[in-house]
Order: sequence, then structure tokens, then C-alpha cells
Amino acid sequence: MSNLDENTKDRIQTEIDASEVVLFMKGTPVFPQCGFSSMVSQILSHMNVEFKGIDVLVESSLREGVKAFSNWPTIPQLYVKGEFVGGCDIIKEMHESGELKQLFDEKNVGNS
Amino acid sequence: MAMSAEEIELLIKEHLPDSEITIQDLRGDGDHYSAHIKSKLFSGKTKIQQHQMVYTALKGKMGDQLHALAIKTSII
Repeated sequence: MSNLDENTKDRIQTEIDASEVVLFMKGTPVFPQCGFSSMVSQILSHMNVEFKGIDVLVESSLREGVKAFSNWPTIPQLYVKGEFVGGCDIIKEMHESGELKQLFDEKNVGNS
Repeated sequence: MAMSAEEIELLIKEHLPDSEITIQDLRGDGDHYSAHIKSKLFSGKTKIQQHQMVYTALKGKMGDQLHALAIKTSII
């Protein structure tokens, strides 16, 4: 895993502080470029949760940077109120078990 | 670069010796797998930590040689 330079680290921190729900993904919520990113994006949309999608394909420093930042080797990565929640498998599992809705409720996110 | 299911299982076993692992080659192409890993060692860990333990076992191959490995973890 590549090193995380200060600029990239600040940039990621700023993004996850600025929006309640941030999804680092390949492509955009409208045009996802990867099945896993698409799935998480669809789950959030289905739950009526507003989120900021950040396309890591546009900036390669973010693509590698966010992996080091979260200590997580894959994209997508979901942050809720500054906290790393997981990647595709965890989000899918949490969605199916109802834990994801619970998390959003607890954190007062979305319009549920 | 693909990896075989046996290689994946060996790497995980090395790091989580007690684990019971079920691997499926989802498309039969040696590149898209799902793995269900059960271990006592996951006890007391968050989902994120459990998955990180599996990623550690795979020694950086995830997201590199291994394109797609869906992971599910359970505590025995």
C-alpha cells in the first residue's frame, strides 16, 4: 500500500468532515464504473440517503490515498459522519440485516 | 493476474489457523471469488476489523492480484 502524503490526507479528512455521508467510488453515482461501487450507490439511493460520491478514478492520488487512509484495500468505501463504515460486502450485509438503517437512524442521517 | 482458490485458502489459513473457509469461484474465471470465513479469532472484533484480518492474511494481494473477492466473516 502506498504512503499517504499530507496533502492527500488533509483532502480526504476535509471531504469526510464536509459531508455527512461520503462514498469514495469508481465513477459517479449517476455513472458508476464498477459493480461494487454501483451496488453501494444504489443501496444509499434506495434508502433515500443523500451522499457525496467522490470519483477516485479522476484522481489517482485519492484512489491510493483513501486505501492507506482507511487501511482498506478496495474501493468503494463509505464514511458516515467522519467514520469509516465499510466497503461493499459490509454495506450489503448491513443493509440486508437492517444494521445500516439503524446506523443512519442513530446518527440522524437521511430522511427516515 | 489471477489466483487460485487453493492459494487464497492457504494464505487465510496461515494467518487464521482455526478458520473454516468456503470459497466459490463465482464466474469460473479464477478472478471473481467469494469467501466465507469462520473463525474464533473474530470474536470481539468489529466487522471492519474482521475483514481487515482477512486482508492482512492476503498480504496486499487484495485489490492487486485479486480483483474481486467478496468476503463474509462469521464467528464460530
